Amino acid sequence: MGVIVNGTDVELPDDPRVSLLDLLREGLHLSGTKKGCDQGACGACTVLVDGQRILSCLALAVQYEGRSVTTIEGLGDEGALHPLQQAFIEHDGFQCGYCTPGQICSAVGMIEELRRGVPSHVTADLAATAIPCSRDELRERMSGNLCRCGAHNGIMDAIAETYGAETHREAAE
Amino acid sequence: MTPFSYVRAADADAAVRHSGADAKYLGGGTNLVDLMRETIERPGTLVDVTGLSAGITETDGGGLLIGAAVRNTALAEHGLVRRRYPMLARAIVAGASPQIRNMATVAGNILQRTRCAYFYDRAGSRCNKRQPGRGCDAIDGFNRMHAILGASPSCVATHPSDMCVALAALDATVHVSSADGERRLPFADLHRLPGDAPDLDTVLLPGDLITAVELPPLALAERSTYRKVRDRSSYAFALVSVAAALSVENGTVTDVRLALGGVAHKPWRASKAEQALRGQPATEAAFRVAAAAELAAAEPLRDNTFKVELAQRTIVAVLGELAGVEVTGGGA
Amino acid sequence: MSIVDKGKEAVQGVAQAVMKKAAELAPDSLMPGGRPDPLIRRQHGHIGKPVSRVDGPLKVRGAAPFAAEVALDGMAYAALAYSTIAKGRIAAIDTAAAEAAPGVVLVMTHRNAPRLNPPPRFLSGDKAAAGDDSPIMQDDRVRWNGEPVALVLAETQEQADHARSLIRIAYEEEPAATSLATVSQAAGGCEVGTFMGEPLRAVVGDADAALAAAAHKVEVVYRTPGHNHNAIEPHAATLAWRGDELFVHDATQAVAHTAWSMAQIFGLEESQVHVTSPFVGGGFGAKGLWQHQVLAAAAARLAGRPVRIALSREGVYRIVGGRSPTEQRVALGADADGRLTAIIHRGVTPKTRHSPMPEPFILPTQSAYASETIALEVQTCYLDMVANTFMRAPGEAVGTVALECAMDELAEQLGLDPIELRIRNEPDKDPISGRPFSSRNIVAAYRAGAERFGWDRRSPTPRARREGEWLVGMGCATATYPYHRMPGGAARITLDADGRARVDVAAHEMGMGTATAQAQVAADRLGLPLEAVTVRYGDSSLPGVILAGGSQQTASVGLSVMMAHQELVGELLKLAGNDSPLAGLRAEEVESADAGLRKLDEPGRFESYASILGRAGRSELAAEGSAPMPLETMHWSMHSHGAMFCEVRVNAVTGETRVSRFLGSFDCGRILNPKTAASQFRGGIIMGLGLALMEETQFDERKGRIMNRTLADYHLPVHRDVPEIDVIWTDIPDPHAPMGARGIGEIGITGTGAAVANAIYNATGRRVRDFPITLDKLL
Repeated sequence: MGVIVNGTDVELPDDPRVSLLDLLREGLHLSGTKKGCDQGACGACTVLVDGQRILSCLALAVQYEGRSVTTIEGLGDEGALHPLQQAFIEHDGFQCGYCTPGQICSAVGMIEELRRGVPSHVTADLAATAIPCSRDELRERMSGNLCRCGAHNGIMDAIAETYGAETHREAAE
Repeated sequence: MTPFSYVRAADADAAVRHSGADAKYLGGGTNLVDLMRETIERPGTLVDVTGLSAGITETDGGGLLIGAAVRNTALAEHGLVRRRYPMLARAIVAGASPQIRNMATVAGNILQRTRCAYFYDRAGSRCNKRQPGRGCDAIDGFNRMHAILGASPSCVATHPSDMCVALAALDATVHVSSADGERRLPFADLHRLPGDAPDLDTVLLPGDLITAVELPPLALAERSTYRKVRDRSSYAFALVSVAAALSVENGTVTDVRLALGGVAHKPWRASKAEQALRGQPATEAAFRVAAAAELAAAEPLRDNTFKVELAQRTIVAVLGELAGVEVTGGGA
Repeated sequence: MSIVDKGKEAVQGVAQAVMKKAAELAPDSLMPGGRPDPLIRRQHGHIGKPVSRVDGPLKVRGAAPFAAEVALDGMAYAALAYSTIAKGRIAAIDTAAAEAAPGVVLVMTHRNAPRLNPPPRFLSGDKAAAGDDSPIMQDDRVRWNGEPVALVLAETQEQADHARSLIRIAYEEEPAATSLATVSQAAGGCEVGTFMGEPLRAVVGDADAALAAAAHKVEVVYRTPGHNHNAIEPHAATLAWRGDELFVHDATQAVAHTAWSMAQIFGLEESQVHVTSPFVGGGFGAKGLWQHQVLAAAAARLAGRPVRIALSREGVYRIVGGRSPTEQRVALGADADGRLTAIIHRGVTPKTRHSPMPEPFILPTQSAYASETIALEVQTCYLDMVANTFMRAPGEAVGTVALECAMDELAEQLGLDPIELRIRNEPDKDPISGRPFSSRNIVAAYRAGAERFGWDRRSPTPRARREGEWLVGMGCATATYPYHRMPGGAARITLDADGRARVDVAAHEMGMGTATAQAQVAADRLGLPLEAVTVRYGDSSLPGVILAGGSQQTASVGLSVMMAHQELVGELLKLAGNDSPLAGLRAEEVESADAGLRKLDEPGRFESYASILGRAGRSELAAEGSAPMPLETMHWSMHSHGAMFCEVRVNAVTGETRVSRFLGSFDCGRILNPKTAASQFRGGIIMGLGLALMEETQFDERKGRIMNRTLADYHLPVHRDVPEIDVIWTDIPDPHAPMGARGIGEIGITGTGAAVANAIYNATGRRVRDFPITLDKLL
């Protein structure tokens, strides 16, 4: 058994040093998943494993035998953009586009965590089962994805619109 | 990364059997893989122990037994953790990023190594933790992130974990397997101060495998929290952090648990402050005295003098929050 | 710098001075921009519409190919080993274990590297691209801590990285200059810096005397640390030789410069080097020619294999320069009414002997305020360190920190509102050159910004507002960045028989939305629907030598396309011939509209492009145009302007600062695409928040080595650090800029640091003059 990437069973590398990220980029030519730091400090390599977001640069591919990996190439339907991808375009949630696939995969995983009630650093009430989808929660939960072009506002707008978060504009007070 | 062989262990016994002088246990990989890429860690064999127990079960006494392979996110979101040990849930979600917390295991978090930049700079810097006896470039270098308590002339590194600060405060116990059998040791005794052997982060011996962490029942912990102070608002290691639980009756502190992060080579149980607090009135003045007692022994370095004051202020603020006492801040 | 180089710079300086004088004295009409671009009048075209990025679908699917993502058959992977001393020589280098390691194709060191010409240092020639002109692996010398000393090629990246770790090097270390304080304070340690061949110095009157006599004065020293660009895409290239031709898939802000410079280094004709770079994962000044492309090409030649070199994050820190630290003294003298009588801005910043320029922090002060006297000077000293280079708004980003904080300090001393102080000192012409401003509406930007931000709610007294643990304050500062347009602009327009147009131009896309905005402009220029225009860019074989730097790409491309359009109209009229309704008309008598040409004053005389081409039996028609020399920048004082407003919350217990609100109010001429422009403004501001609060390159002076070479240790703002950032603009076209638009890419980072610092002062009463403003400075 290998690792399942976007629904396809893929052979594991012979060299156990190969990270899941390098398997994707160099082995499978799925270069949508980006390498920004290769040390778990930027989030550009975020993919979903069995629906959970992880950093593929810190993942040895051999550890993921039998697991199901979804990359940016596997989001959305054949030929059609995922609603979040569309919202990123609409809200200009990127500039250079390099951190973008990681931001999008991260947000897809993030919203599942939020719905499941996983607390965050800014969650006021740990006992609460429903966590508000506030800007503060979204910002905290997306803080593992760096963006140097400064598309943060657009990214938040895209996520908030797609997942029906409160969209009050704090700047307006 | 130096070549290695990879094996997956089905259970603790198998893992221990695979271990050898040249082997390392692999959890989520969030620290070890990075260190291997930097060639700071060069194991000949990686024993994948993520298949070990990932369960969280209630113990007979009303505590919790947490499998070593439980992912950080799973621990933080567990209902009993949130209800009974909120400081632990809060400490975990203050650490790293959600992606890393989804990968990192409990045991891996405990055994993560320091983030000292000189430790990481294998090619260009001296470090006694990497190479005992070589010297330490951090003592007179950039040491803003470094220790103010319990350091030694050979090492001023800090332990970077948030989770461990809560475990230290909660009097956790660590379950360890080895070829010689199983044993338990108090969490407080697991991590070492550097002394003249900073290469040893813990008292574990080669081949020792952490299989679980046990939290004792602690009613006090239901009123607990964790506060982390750092250089940006998220995704940064602590400059100072405080885990605290507090029980106040009729305005008097009846019991307290207090631990600090970002200040020492190990998660720092603030026993002196605890001692100074018990039986005292729950007032800002008493909190200040206790915090000062803990930090009296601080020996700051070039860049981290501020931590002495910051730690005290943060302790006072956290105790104030738990006691429902308004504190004026640090006099800023 | 050698004497020859100094001589060259001096000649360059004199020539520029002569040209400047001539340009200053010439009538407006002879200048580029002397007659406003006709597009400025058009109000109902594509310009000004918030068009979504044309490459958006590619980027959100991860399908936009970056430099490290081009796969070449038989490609080998490169890894670099870096020096660990700042100065000296390699005494011994043992590569045996590396050569014997599995998968290794080649180990290259100075012993076997091919002989190469020195890299042409940026600004030393029209197409010079190198950020560092040190010889590349040509000798046993070590010039900085982190210099590449060996390259390994292997079948996989894992193998290359491992083999690299097996190389053993012994050095003979020599004393190195690595301490700014030591070198700058030594006798003769500093000299006046130069920038583009001219000294970084300006004097109007006797500022020191005026300061001594001033009724009010502030005299302060501000320090800013080194910064690194930290684009999320690390530098990378995938390249191959085919015979004597070199094909480079690069991540660069300068395709044409890179092709020419690589040709120089390898002794080739420019036409033998082909550089493509369709997508750049962030540049900010850093994506130029550094050693990695050269080393990879050298190794590819030795090994006879295509090569991919993707720098590790550490590798970027080791060989790609950042912004240097600065120590700036600002002294302001004012009369009782708050009118400036003296502006002094002097200081010191280190550079290397191999980098193009010192951080020119006095630039923003040159055109900022009216004052009877002005004295500006950048002193520089030489350190043995990785080259310093251009980083977003070099000069202005950190120069505005010192100047605009000092203005805030002066306002407080005078008891004046800081905006009012600035308005009182608004100059009516350039204070140093005396040239007229092409367009300057900074006062309007301040007024609009102040109203929208609620500036009137700010208490002039510091520490007046507290919410729980949080002290709340507001601050403002002026943003400024010059309009640049560099020589070398050219573009080609190709019309096809269906009336579609393609613009070919050697420009770049690193997030600015180049293809989108330029398609909008070209569509308006050609009178075409947006869908009928495509823009091809990022390839050195296309026309133009156009740097994506200095916020000038839009102007350069825009004017080039305008010139190409003029050529095209001439060609179309020729092609139209006598059977066309346009017969006999001259180019000046027609305009493009409705996918064709029409007579300006007789719209009925019209023929579509498709019809003209069809009748002539042509499948396509191409015309190329070149932009004239940028004399407009020597005739007018041309700058983008902005007013920055910040609200912070500072924790009274821990000293942590959170930016809670930010507004940038800009005056940058006409905004071509509000959607992408807003993103660029915000992006600059967010980088400015980093500069204000957390960014610092930690250069260990003991070894001349950068210690925080990871994204975990060098802090960039994360999502939670970034509030909703409001941006507004005057949208007043600059009559002398193409499309009426001045640059917008860099101005956002200027003024931001000062606005944050001034807000922190208002919140806490603490004036921090040592950046970044980390929490320890507020305890």
